[in-house]
Amino acid sequence: MGAASLLVLIFAGIAFAGGGISIALLFVKGSKNAQKGQPYECGIPSTGSPWNQFNVGYYLFALIFLIFDVELVFMYPWAVVVKKVGIMALVEIVIFFFILFMGFLYAHKKGALKWM
Amino acid sequence: MFSLEGITNFIHEWLNSHLSAIFALLAEFVLVGVAAIGLFAFLGLVLVWMERKVAAVMQLRLGPNRLGPKGIFQTSADTLKLIMKEALTPDNADKLLFNLAPFVVIIVAMLILAPISFAKNFQIWDINIGVLYVTAISSLSVIGVLMAGWSSGNKYSLLGAMRSGAQIVSYELSAGLSILTIIVLTGSLKISDIVASQENGWWIFKGHIPAIIAFVIFIIASTAETNRAPFDLAEAESELTAGFHTEYGGMKFALFFLAEYINIFIVCAIGATLFLGGWMPFHIGHWVAFNHIMDYIPSSFWFFGKTGFLIFLIMWFRWTFPRLRIDQLLNLEWKYLLPISMFNLLLMSVMAIMGWYF
Repeated sequence: MGAASLLVLIFAGIAFAGGGISIALLFVKGSKNAQKGQPYECGIPSTGSPWNQFNVGYYLFALIFLIFDVELVFMYPWAVVVKKVGIMALVEIVIFFFILFMGFLYAHKKGALKWM
Repeated sequence: MFSLEGITNFIHEWLNSHLSAIFALLAEFVLVGVAAIGLFAFLGLVLVWMERKVAAVMQLRLGPNRLGPKGIFQTSADTLKLIMKEALTPDNADKLLFNLAPFVVIIVAMLILAPISFAKNFQIWDINIGVLYVTAISSLSVIGVLMAGWSSGNKYSLLGAMRSGAQIVSYELSAGLSILTIIVLTGSLKISDIVASQENGWWIFKGHIPAIIAFVIFIIASTAETNRAPFDLAEAESELTAGFHTEYGGMKFALFFLAEYINIFIVCAIGATLFLGGWMPFHIGHWVAFNHIMDYIPSSFWFFGKTGFLIFLIMWFRWTFPRLRIDQLLNLEWKYLLPISMFNLLLMSVMAIMGWYF
């Protein structure tokens, strides 16, 4: 099957998730209770919104990931042809990896890979 | 002999002889959709039962044994219970994103099924960039997780989602590099070509040491990507109650739970396809008689057997290794796995160019 199969699978996913949730709605008789909608934390009413400042470490790793992931996408076409192109492809990827690895070492030296 | 290919061909011919071309195509679409949903339900029920039985064996206890033979219907009963429960939305949640997240997770899991080759010539869509497609779509699942965690309006959920995001994106790199190690050998991203290239031996045997290193790294990275123990920081139950799905209940929780097991199945299927030959039977070089005997086992059995073995391996990890801390987890990826897999890829490309593989 061609690309239409992706549409079929998307619809199957919607049908599966939506079907499950709506069957559950048929059976459930919900009750109203002020306590029910509270966040599940520790029993004491929770203070403050969860949507405030967050540890910057996660974002740092996301940024480094972004750089490396783009490099990884460049490597897919290289990997497909490396056997045909031969030794020239190897020289090129060594240069590519050298630059990438220098960047990696720089990030490491700067302490970007250290969890604080 | 039993083969899935024969069944699909029979259905295709029967539909085309009884219906006009357009309706036959539509009927096939519906059948594919129903089959995918059926596979989801089946995998969910079987894998959850398998997880509980494996855990029981590891801990010298019986596990579920009341409903049906060996407790096989335990998961069905649990699903029934979850259907009966109310799936409420918390008051301070972002209502739209909160309800959308389970759909995103399930649709992403569904989409990855497209290029997976379940048996000989039994594949939904043999796309020419198959492996790249799988890595691309599977990285979308982190969006569903972040959506769920952020929109819940709960501190545990947000923490769990952030950890899960950092972890999934980090380990994607070494998973991608170890996949590339095999792509260097096959020279094609198409799943059917990759399987066909392993006719005289699987890559884990033919590729020598770099292939084995890549396989080990792939298994570690895919365990982390599916948020399984020892990398289950995202839902570390002793510190975050349930991580990103703390606020979910009833059927919405069941969908997250199911998607987790489907993702395990998918990464194991990809691992089996790349390293263990997919549906290809176990062949040894020129042993003609042995190869013929192996060919008698249907290809779907080989595929599900190998995938099942890898799933068992990942379940085994859970009861063997203690959970890592987040800094240890990121150290392991960025300071060990990533450099090792980069040099492994270089080594493999030298081998591929020199022809030092079978």
